[in-house]
Amino acid sequence: MTNKNKQMALVEYAQRLGDNSLILGQRLGEWCGHGPQLELDIALTNFSLDMIGQANLYLGYAGEVEGKSRDADAMAYLRDELEFRNCLLVEQPNGDFGQTIMRHFLFSTFQHLHLEALQSSKDETLAGIAGKAIKEVAYHVKFSADWVRRLGGGTPESHQRMQTALDNLWRFTGELFETDGVDALLLAEGIAVDLSALQDPWNTAVQTVLKDAGLRLPKGQVVVSGGRKGNHSEHLGPMLAEMQFLQRAYPGLDW
Amino acid sequence: MTSKERQMKGKKGQITGKEWPLYEVFIRSKNGLAHKHVGSVHATDSTTALEAARDVYTRRQEGISLWVVPSREITASDPEDEGMLFEPAKDKIYRHPTFYKIPKDVEYM
Repeated sequence: MTNKNKQMALVEYAQRLGDNSLILGQRLGEWCGHGPQLELDIALTNFSLDMIGQANLYLGYAGEVEGKSRDADAMAYLRDELEFRNCLLVEQPNGDFGQTIMRHFLFSTFQHLHLEALQSSKDETLAGIAGKAIKEVAYHVKFSADWVRRLGGGTPESHQRMQTALDNLWRFTGELFETDGVDALLLAEGIAVDLSALQDPWNTAVQTVLKDAGLRLPKGQVVVSGGRKGNHSEHLGPMLAEMQFLQRAYPGLDW
Repeated sequence: MTSKERQMKGKKGQITGKEWPLYEVFIRSKNGLAHKHVGSVHATDSTTALEAARDVYTRRQEGISLWVVPSREITASDPEDEGMLFEPAKDKIYRHPTFYKIPKDVEYM
């Protein structure tokens, strides 16, 4: 394998991680001022800032490895929809508080396992980012799992809303564990995380909480994927339009 | 957020008038110091109260330890008793240990 291949794979890999954090961070930010309680409003926007902080590190690193003078802002604000590498799960709309919590629970449980493994990556920058982010995400997992249990086991209405959220989002979880040439190449280098090894622990962790919450797993659903190839759902475009508006309308604007 | 907006919405969105209970929040800013009252949060139980306190009051590295206490568990003195309770201490200046030198190694006094 050539250095050029490795370099391109690393840029791609850092973008995938960065875009997952960025898009979920932006989604959570939409709750600002709209949370069901002041305390939850702040909790969700804290999470948003955690995610955007991670995105800043990953995308900054992607730009650095790429070597075309793109910084994290250029990555976030000046790429088009087809160039985004996030999984479909994180771009799904917030829906009600229950759906936001369910999405966050499914993703952060995955992310925590991923970061745990990424801490021992041979790439020191990625390992360093993982070491910082894992503390943030550990709290996300606890918070969201607590709320899944609470709402799942709450009133008939809260239970129904959580079940609907799970039914809606479950089909996007298979994509989290898909691998391709980029993963294979970097896995051989000791840089990437072996996603296939995360699926069992993720299933166990998720199903334990869902069982506590009295929620049932959707049966026989197809796996929807394609986000990492740039094939996004209809929800990403409008969100990027809002997120990127300022830099597109006033290029280079700073404050 | 107004208190009306804080009220939980029940089935079909009607206001049920049921607010989450209030908890008082105490933070220890560093080891060796006592927990200090910093404010309050609304929460459904002590677990969520602790999470809410963390989310609302420790965003700027304010502390290393948190306590939450249901506000209803606090018994407060009556403001009308202020004279009776606190005025008598005013002229007992000799109770202040100002005649002692504090050893250098004592950090927090």
